[in-house]
Amino acid sequence: MWFYILKRFLFSVPTFFGITLITFILMQALPGDPVQGMAGERASPETIARIRAELGQERPLPIQYVGYLKLLLHGEMGRSYYTNRKVSDDLLQKFPNTLKLGVAAMLFASLFGISMGVFAAIKRGTVWDRLVALISVGGISIPIFWLGLALMLVFSLYLRWLPPSGMGNGSLIYLILPAATLGTFSLSYIVRVTRASMLETLSQPYIAAARSRGLSEFAVVFRHALKNSLIPVVTLIGLDLGSYLNGAVLTETVFGWDGLGRYALDGIIKRDYPIIMGVVLFGAVIFVVMNLIVDISYHFLDPRVNIRK
Amino acid sequence: MIFRNLIKNIPALLAAVVLVLLTLAASVGPLLVKRDILPNPLSMDLDSLKQPPGAAHLFGTDNKGRDILSRVVYGARISLSVGIIASAISLGIGVFLGLIAGYFGGLVDVVLSQIFDIFLAFPSLLLAIGISAVMPPGLTSAMLAITLVGWAGFARLVRGMTLTLKEQTYVEASKALGASSSRILCRHILPNALPLIFVAGSLRVGGFILIEASLSFLGLGVQPPTPTWGSMISLNRSYINVAPWMILFPGLAISITVIAFNVLGDFLRDKLDPRMRA
Repeated sequence: MWFYILKRFLFSVPTFFGITLITFILMQALPGDPVQGMAGERASPETIARIRAELGQERPLPIQYVGYLKLLLHGEMGRSYYTNRKVSDDLLQKFPNTLKLGVAAMLFASLFGISMGVFAAIKRGTVWDRLVALISVGGISIPIFWLGLALMLVFSLYLRWLPPSGMGNGSLIYLILPAATLGTFSLSYIVRVTRASMLETLSQPYIAAARSRGLSEFAVVFRHALKNSLIPVVTLIGLDLGSYLNGAVLTETVFGWDGLGRYALDGIIKRDYPIIMGVVLFGAVIFVVMNLIVDISYHFLDPRVNIRK
Repeated sequence: MIFRNLIKNIPALLAAVVLVLLTLAASVGPLLVKRDILPNPLSMDLDSLKQPPGAAHLFGTDNKGRDILSRVVYGARISLSVGIIASAISLGIGVFLGLIAGYFGGLVDVVLSQIFDIFLAFPSLLLAIGISAVMPPGLTSAMLAITLVGWAGFARLVRGMTLTLKEQTYVEASKALGASSSRILCRHILPNALPLIFVAGSLRVGGFILIEASLSFLGLGVQPPTPTWGSMISLNRSYINVAPWMILFPGLAISITVIAFNVLGDFLRDKLDPRMRA
């Protein structure tokens, strides 16, 4: 087991190098001097000197890349051009908000996705099944920012049930619309996979056996079938983390949610490059780390997965 | 055969009709403007600001009095061309590198696969944001960003298919006859992988159009005054309460287009690839 974890960990090392290499190349492509680009225009001479010592253009590119890694290891991701705050501090401050939104979205997607998937499987071939299929195609096709605006228009501006934007000092009511918006994409995949997996399980002999023993349909579906159909669904939920990071940028923009996504948008609007690069790098690292955690946790959760492989 | 199946499958048929109509509208749009059938998407009419949908303006007008229908038609030109061209280019790169990695194996495969994985390690929209942010925003940067985001997925898929196909007996036979690697790849492996590649490509066009719309929405795509669906929504966001049609129609346009591509992609997958059937 520990051997597997170590191996899986080592395999992600080249990925981390690759990610930093790509952001390094992107920084080289920035207009102007990369040192200034990272330090910001209002940086102190010492900061500039420290960054220039690592990224100075008189040094060959590979050495500059090593210097860039050194800066990152010290948590130096540059400073915002406008606020002169350290990007790394901002990222750590905004991340919990995005995490909260992401977790809420994931709960929404799992809860409704699994229920709708089970429902469609039980009602296979009926109008209900088709309706669920339609919703799931719509969910992956409708642009998330437009969905957010539409929900806001209906539930906040017309019906006045929910607040249109902001975070409201952590009150849960502010979380509903953003979480539904962010979760819809993932929900659509969960519906599809749950339905397919349920249909497969329902055709197994032990389900027929359970029915022939005279168990109620409720017991058959929920106690016998659902439990055994959930493994691919849980896998999907874990692997779909990237869609939350993507969607967060758009959802937070629409709802004024003070997380990484809106931070990135501020950076984009002001052409505040250290912020944009910081979010891209941070997002990719979070994504890789979470995938690693999900991967490893399967080996604890599902004994059938061969850990020696 | 596919065509006969299409007529029987009503959702797929509808999707195909939608896409044909959309392409038609996008291509004849400028002609209609020239003949004064459709208002110019850029010309502002200060006498008819924020007009609701009606006889004069079917989709209404925006806050500068521009006709939303003709802006949606012009937006289709950008969305469709970015989606299709980016798919084609990233498919080309992905097929080329995927064939090489899968066929030659060994160190080549290890290195190339690692590169695929690195590109796949980024959440796609974040990577696209990073790429389009460092370049002057516009059509080229959006297309480049989407291509760089999309190619690795295709490459990994084609690599997997090549691994299976190269073990087939006809490849062995061809090798025994002394055929070169490039001949085997082009004559035997590629043609057999082609239907699946086509399916994968058609399933991704919708996703690429969504990324283009998202980049435009964030201000990183084709710049105003040129209309794009994404930027029409972001620029008119503040009028959502007084004039919801300004964001309703471009959003519907994106949704319907992407749904059509996804439905058609699912249909092609079911017909061309029995193994991938869900």
